[in-house]
Amino acid sequence: MLKNVYNWIDDRLDITPMWRDVADHEVPEHVNPAHHFSAFVYCFGGLTFFITVIQVLSGMFLTMYYAPDILNAYASVDYLQHKVAFGYIVRGMHHWGASLVIVMMFLHTLRVFFTGSYKNPREMNWVVGVLIFFVMLGLGLTGYLLPWDNKAYFATKVTMEIVSSAPLIGGYMKDFLQGGDIVGARTLTRFFALHVFFLPGVLLALLGAHFYMIRKQGISGPL
Amino acid sequence: MSEMNDQEISATGHKPVLKKEMSRRQFLTYTLGGTGGFMAAMTVIPMLRFAVDPLLQPKEVGEWVKVVEVSKITNEPQEFTFSRLQIDGWYKSTPDFTAWISKDSKGNIFALSPTCKHLGCTVSWNNNKDLPNEYFCPCHGAHYTKDGKQLAVASAPLDEYEIKIDNDFVYLSGLKPNSKVKGA
Repeated sequence: MLKNVYNWIDDRLDITPMWRDVADHEVPEHVNPAHHFSAFVYCFGGLTFFITVIQVLSGMFLTMYYAPDILNAYASVDYLQHKVAFGYIVRGMHHWGASLVIVMMFLHTLRVFFTGSYKNPREMNWVVGVLIFFVMLGLGLTGYLLPWDNKAYFATKVTMEIVSSAPLIGGYMKDFLQGGDIVGARTLTRFFALHVFFLPGVLLALLGAHFYMIRKQGISGPL
Repeated sequence: MSEMNDQEISATGHKPVLKKEMSRRQFLTYTLGGTGGFMAAMTVIPMLRFAVDPLLQPKEVGEWVKVVEVSKITNEPQEFTFSRLQIDGWYKSTPDFTAWISKDSKGNIFALSPTCKHLGCTVSWNNNKDLPNEYFCPCHGAHYTKDGKQLAVASAPLDEYEIKIDNDFVYLSGLKPNSKVKGA
């Protein structure tokens, strides 16, 4: 039945070459942990992506209950954590995944560094990777405020002091990020918008470029 | 050259395009580019203006709050709490603010904000045995003189509250940069 559906679509749209091109490629021996166990270090990039997918999915579900308003944000997080079935699991995935994705990204960066994979012709992919790193930090920073508890509030106040210490434009950047004179109602909605729409959009574009380049250039050779 | 031009005219029946005239392709590039750019700008400009609006809003006009009788102010800074209307977008509230009020050597009353100018923790007066008669911040050890002059860690003096004395009462309003410290 499923095969018939697939064939019916494939007859009309010729989709087989598309997924073959994406999925059907050889894994070189030197990056395959089945051949050399130490090659597990080549998994960190994929694991980073795997956790990123979990972050996107769990985040999408969290917005079903979360309210980005200073009067309701904490109460809505409290509710989804304690009252909604599996709430502590879904929020837990997003909470712990946020830290884990940074760890995995760091390990992936170390692997790329110590195997020299950033060298010609892959310099641009290193640069895109660094941009992804900054976007991830931005996601961590903006997500940290959303529960609107004391830790979130004061961490963001400190962040704003750090931003405002930038020369010349620091004060403007602070007001822009805060959306006003204080860390308040407009800061929360702003951070929510950045966390849920702007930064994930940038992240997906950068990931697309990252993956396109690795397929185009192939995995770097053995040491 | 003129012979070639004549040949071109006879071959195509058209005059050759002069270099200074705009070609059809160029005209289309400019018009399509211009229209496209205009449409993109019309789409993006409202959004950008929307996003930077808080930067362009005038700072809220300060409301004066009666805090304490003048007679209670001493040379030693004391902590006073007052609540003041705060408009945060659509959210209005009257949160508590803290001010350390004292008289300077000339007897002028001034009020300092306890928000540390390093990273925004809260300082207080004489709270560290090793640093007598100073404002000290417990977070990263910034400390300040009675006038609010920074002595370590912080890069600016403590902010001051706008102050006025009326009918023997101290009134406070919003924050301003420290005016007690020279060259701040």
